[in-house]
Amino acid sequence: MKAPDFDYARPSSLQEALALLAAGEGGAQPLAGGQSLMPMLNFRISTPEMLVDLSGLPELRGLEQTPQGLRIGAMTRYCELEAFPDLAKIQPLVAAALPHIAHDAIRNRGTIGGSVALADPAAEMPAILLALGAVISLDGPNGPRDVAADDYFLGYYETACEPDELITSILLPKIEPGDSFGFHELVQRHGDYAMAGVAIRSSGIAPLAGLRIGFFGVADRALRVTALEDALNGTDGTDIAGALSHLSEIDFQGDTKITAETRAHYAGVALKRALKEMLT
Amino acid sequence: MSKTANITLKINGEDITATVPVRLNLVDFLRHDVGLTGSHVGCEHGVCGACTVEVNGDAVRGCLMLAVQADGTEVTTVEGLSDSGRSAALIRSFTARNALQCGFCTPGMLASALSYIDAGGAADKAAIREHISGNYCRCTGYQSIVEAICDVITENATTEEAGA
Ligand SMILES: Cc1cc2nc3c(=O)[nH]c(=O)nc-3n(C[C@H](O)[C@H](O)[C@H](O)COP(=O)(O)OP(=O)(O)OC[C@H]3O[C@@H](n4cnc5c(N)ncnc54)[C@H](O)[C@@H]3O)c2cc1C
Ligand code: FES
Ligand code: FES
Repeated sequence: MKAPDFDYARPSSLQEALALLAAGEGGAQPLAGGQSLMPMLNFRISTPEMLVDLSGLPELRGLEQTPQGLRIGAMTRYCELEAFPDLAKIQPLVAAALPHIAHDAIRNRGTIGGSVALADPAAEMPAILLALGAVISLDGPNGPRDVAADDYFLGYYETACEPDELITSILLPKIEPGDSFGFHELVQRHGDYAMAGVAIRSSGIAPLAGLRIGFFGVADRALRVTALEDALNGTDGTDIAGALSHLSEIDFQGDTKITAETRAHYAGVALKRALKEMLT
Repeated sequence: MSKTANITLKINGEDITATVPVRLNLVDFLRHDVGLTGSHVGCEHGVCGACTVEVNGDAVRGCLMLAVQADGTEVTTVEGLSDSGRSAALIRSFTARNALQCGFCTPGMLASALSYIDAGGAADKAAIREHISGNYCRCTGYQSIVEAICDVITENATTEEAGA
């Protein structure tokens, strides 16, 4: 199908964009790379009165390694992040996950801010942000504010970002010496959304310590299960049967592809495989 | 703020100015307004890859971009790839390998294959398969397409060696 009728504006400053969103009273929607929004428009799942194109906002640009970590402007495309020098050293988890996100042609336009704003429960970036303890910077009518990833993903496509706010940037904290990372997802076909996946950060491997495990493709949003992390901390990560029992805390969702039971099983498989790869 | 917009862009090297409804996507603009029907439209939600074109040198989905977003860019369609000779080797090997039947997927396949080859992709069939996983073909079963792409990479390597 074709997109419905809407107004379009391409503001040239953050202030102008925020004013348009505020004036739209919920009818105005930000447009970033369009790689999720355009399908929703074409299917007429989304029928905004106005699209506010974010491509002209200098405030949402920029990708740089700072003393605090990697600061990613919201409009940074996946392909720009992939091409960032030494990404595999600076943020190994992100480097490992990027090739699994959709396909080249989608990554050439899709943005990090767009993925985090949408918060698709099966998307990789939200789980990575949880694993890394990222900070999401927002700006809106009440001024700028920072939200920790742990407080950001609230439910099915629901986040701490209000409709009249914009994500301006995301900070991935600097990794420490000794940090280890794991990533695994189960998909039907390369580039598909995951049927279940995990992104792991640990500050040691023998034993595991300070674990942060982001699950995606399992429930209504990317999430951590702290009881499971606690059960694995201090162990060598080889006997995880006991820890896996904490997966029951997740409200696994079934869909047209797989049942909730299969998904629960897959989450365990993804975790086992990611840990195994991390520990060898 | 408006329901139509004036855009100026370069399409296959030619300067084009047009007034477009803002809801019009890039591939429909190329096909219906510019008359370049080489790019195809299948799913209109990014999964089939038939609409793949180059924008500023990057392969993108023509159905997931508004024409107004292409304002100020350089767009290359399958016609442009062919006219400039960039897809010549691929066209030869697609023909030799029978890598198309109905040809619906071919424009998108060529654009995706070219982005793999231009990025220095290896003659590794598994990697090629992964790269074109975003392009559907309902006829060939992919084998011949993968082989055609692989042939071009091998050929290029041989030519380079001979030239060195
Ligand atoms: C075929 C296909 C396969 C895909 N596979 C995957 C996959 O495997 N994994 C995955 O994670 N994703 C996948 N995607 C989705 C892709 O990653 C999207 O690009 C991404 O989710 C959204 O980024 P965008 O820049 O395109 O945002 P848009 O589509 O422009 O916007 C998405 C939403 O976020 C809002 N928004 C955008 N930017 C901001 C901002 N700065 N502040 C506030 N709100 C904002 C928009 O209003 C909209 O609601 C796939 C997409 C396609 C078409
Ligand atoms: S028509 Fe654009 S990807 Fe299918
Ligand atoms: S040749 Fe018919 S779809 Fe590929």
